[in-house]
Amino acid sequence: MKKPTKQVLTWRKITESRLFFPIVALTLILLFDFIFIPGFFAIENREGNLHGSLIDIFRNGSTVMILAIGMTLVIATGGVDLSVGATMAIAASVAGILMNPSALKNEVFFITDPNYTFQPLWLVITAALAVSLICGLWNGVLVAYMRIQPMVATLILMISGRGIAQLITNGLRVQITYKPYAFIGQGWVVLPFSLYLVAIVFAITWFITRKTAIGMFIESVGINFRSSYFSGIDEKKIKLLVYTFCGFCAGIAGLVASSNIKTSDANNIGLTTELDAILAVVIGGTAMSGGRFSLLASMVGALVMQAITQSMYAIGVPAFALQAIKAVVVIFVILLYSDQVKGFVQKISAPKKEV
Amino acid sequence: MSEADQNILSMEGISKTFPGVQALDDVSLSLKKGEILCLVGENGAGKSTLMKILTGVDKPDSGRIILDGKEIQAKSPQHAQSLGISTVYQEVNLCTNLTVAENILLGREPQKMRRIDWTKMNALASDTLKRLLGVDIDVTKALGSYTVAIQQMVAIARALYIESAKILILDEPTSSLDVNETEQLFKVMRKLKNDGVGIIFITHFIGQIYEISDRITVLRNGKLVGTYETSAITRVGLISKMIGRSLAEFDEMTKIKLESSKHIRSEALLQAKEFGLTGAIQPFNLDLHVGEVVGLAGLLGSGRTETASILFGSDKADTGSISMNGSVVQDYSPLSSIKRGVALCPEDRKAAGIVDDLSVRENIILAIQASKGWFKYLSLPEQYEIAERYIKLLNIATPSADQPVKNLSGGNQQKVILARWLAINPQILILDEPTRGIDVGTKAEIQKLVLSFAEDGKACVFISSELEEVLRTSHRIVVLREREKVAEFSGEVDENTIIHAIAGSEA
Repeated sequence: MKKPTKQVLTWRKITESRLFFPIVALTLILLFDFIFIPGFFAIENREGNLHGSLIDIFRNGSTVMILAIGMTLVIATGGVDLSVGATMAIAASVAGILMNPSALKNEVFFITDPNYTFQPLWLVITAALAVSLICGLWNGVLVAYMRIQPMVATLILMISGRGIAQLITNGLRVQITYKPYAFIGQGWVVLPFSLYLVAIVFAITWFITRKTAIGMFIESVGINFRSSYFSGIDEKKIKLLVYTFCGFCAGIAGLVASSNIKTSDANNIGLTTELDAILAVVIGGTAMSGGRFSLLASMVGALVMQAITQSMYAIGVPAFALQAIKAVVVIFVILLYSDQVKGFVQKISAPKKEV
Repeated sequence: MSEADQNILSMEGISKTFPGVQALDDVSLSLKKGEILCLVGENGAGKSTLMKILTGVDKPDSGRIILDGKEIQAKSPQHAQSLGISTVYQEVNLCTNLTVAENILLGREPQKMRRIDWTKMNALASDTLKRLLGVDIDVTKALGSYTVAIQQMVAIARALYIESAKILILDEPTSSLDVNETEQLFKVMRKLKNDGVGIIFITHFIGQIYEISDRITVLRNGKLVGTYETSAITRVGLISKMIGRSLAEFDEMTKIKLESSKHIRSEALLQAKEFGLTGAIQPFNLDLHVGEVVGLAGLLGSGRTETASILFGSDKADTGSISMNGSVVQDYSPLSSIKRGVALCPEDRKAAGIVDDLSVRENIILAIQASKGWFKYLSLPEQYEIAERYIKLLNIATPSADQPVKNLSGGNQQKVILARWLAINPQILILDEPTRGIDVGTKAEIQKLVLSFAEDGKACVFISSELEEVLRTSHRIVVLREREKVAEFSGEVDENTIIHAIAGSEA
């Protein structure tokens, strides 16, 4: 048997890699920060924990990174999930109401006791994740079994999800004071705790998609679902799986987000983050039409998105102008991806033909 | 010298390469004024590529095109049309909900006071049809209310409306026409010919070639075989030029087939009883014996593909039953069929066969992995072992097992799909048009492979629209007509008997 030839890293291989353009984009943004923002790369050590703008990019990007993991798989099957923001809000509402049920009695207690919670933490987390899992399952059933266009199917939950979240919290913002819960988004073990969550979700997802056949099946379904069907792949189950998993990731992101602001705010948690997650995946080089995906590249994509936001804040762009500036930068990044630009880069980087 | 003057068009030394395939290799063609030239060749011979280059859809890699003594290079179909090259495609691409007049003059409507002058437009359209084509119809009626033949005429009228049309390309215009409609079209073609228009006529029907054409240009695998005076070449001669098969090769296949028929045993691997699906195929009985290749013959739409898909389970039958190895099959789905050892190589390679962005290796192991499920993932060395084995066995031309399958040529893609199915070690292999659009050499390889597969105590269902191929590879032939099994032949049969069965007339 012929052994697969060891791949030699050539310049051409590097530029063709899925990770190349996201990393180039991230490097450009960080380079900008390095030149224009003094102290951007400074990392200080506070009681053994690391702090700094660079760390903040990771910490604030953790919700989008977690969302992007689930979103990558959904987009790889040729679908899209617009409801992750709403699912975050639902998960946050479930968690909030289980820790502080005062809203149900139509009254707002300003609890100050950092040790008070109505239900134990494990139940709070399990319930929130179970509900988000059901949200994902709902999307999966609509897309895989009811054959509804993914964009339309998930739009239903995107719109109705916020209503559901409001119903759960009785239309009120729920204060969360319970300290152990706050650790999810604000805790620090040398690095921010939410980063460990990202790492765990990433590692598990990578293992499941690359060490079992699921990753290949997801790609196969995304590239050509008819061929996959004829080859005996149950494309419905694959789709059900990825949408359910995407909902689950949104649930985790919802916990991180609500823990971060110590509030279950059904109206604002996860607002428009579905678009950040989709953009992260696109910057990561996974085609919206489905097919080949790279989880790592999506992670870099999420960091690109966050680095843009962070840099804009750092140079003093006001919050109301942020979206517009972000759009300009995103257009620039996406331009790097167009086949024309890619072809150009490969042309100038290709070794010159000897005459 | 004088001959060159007569040519209104000559294409010289045209070459064109698409990724992974040489579509045209140094092909030349010439067309005289007032001549009907037939362009023939099997699927994938390069006819449509050559015409696309002429009409500006594709650019040639090399070669030159001379129209009326001047070298041209059409940049787009519109540009080609303005140069005097008009095309009518196989499928009528007009708007059936608009009137005939609107279709002919769309985008060039005569105007009066910045409004469309309807009276003038209708008169103009009506006159164009009558004068150019000799067709007299009501041009104010919707195009959809006329037969396909008339729609075809309207398409030609639209193509010729440009006053300077020197060349008319007709790309398989007769494939959806009946005998009378074809005759009507031919009348128009003869009239245009007398008016001095050069016509390039692409068709698959040998009879029509002899009826209408002056000369024939034959392409095969992207190469020019030759150009012949129609009166100077026999039908048999023409067909052998098109398919380029030698008698020796034919004899070899016959010998292999005879040899393999000794391995047929009487026990049935699969029995279908009154098996059918409403609207797709009438209930039929079919036995597949060990060691046997059963050919399905019939015209397009006769129910060949439908039979294959209900046998495989990608479509669910609603009457009757199948039993395999004596026990009745309960659930029909591709996955359960694969687990039972039934494989289907579907008709449409691009849409239902290959997964184009995945590598050759992944494409080959796809079905095995599907039957193993999500978690029993074949290790990479196992995957490479299987892929390399079939790349060697089937002679798949690929730089490596990691090559995306989309970079391979059509024939090699087909082999990858065959490898996918052979890898699951099936009992029954159903092949729906496995040789469509692939080169002759690969065709012969696949045909031999089918016979040696059956010899190993397995069975094969072989579907092809090329009757000759079905005859050469099948031990038994089932004829389908209008979604019904109408006849079954075993042993030596001649082509004529089958053709009569397909046509439904007595021999």
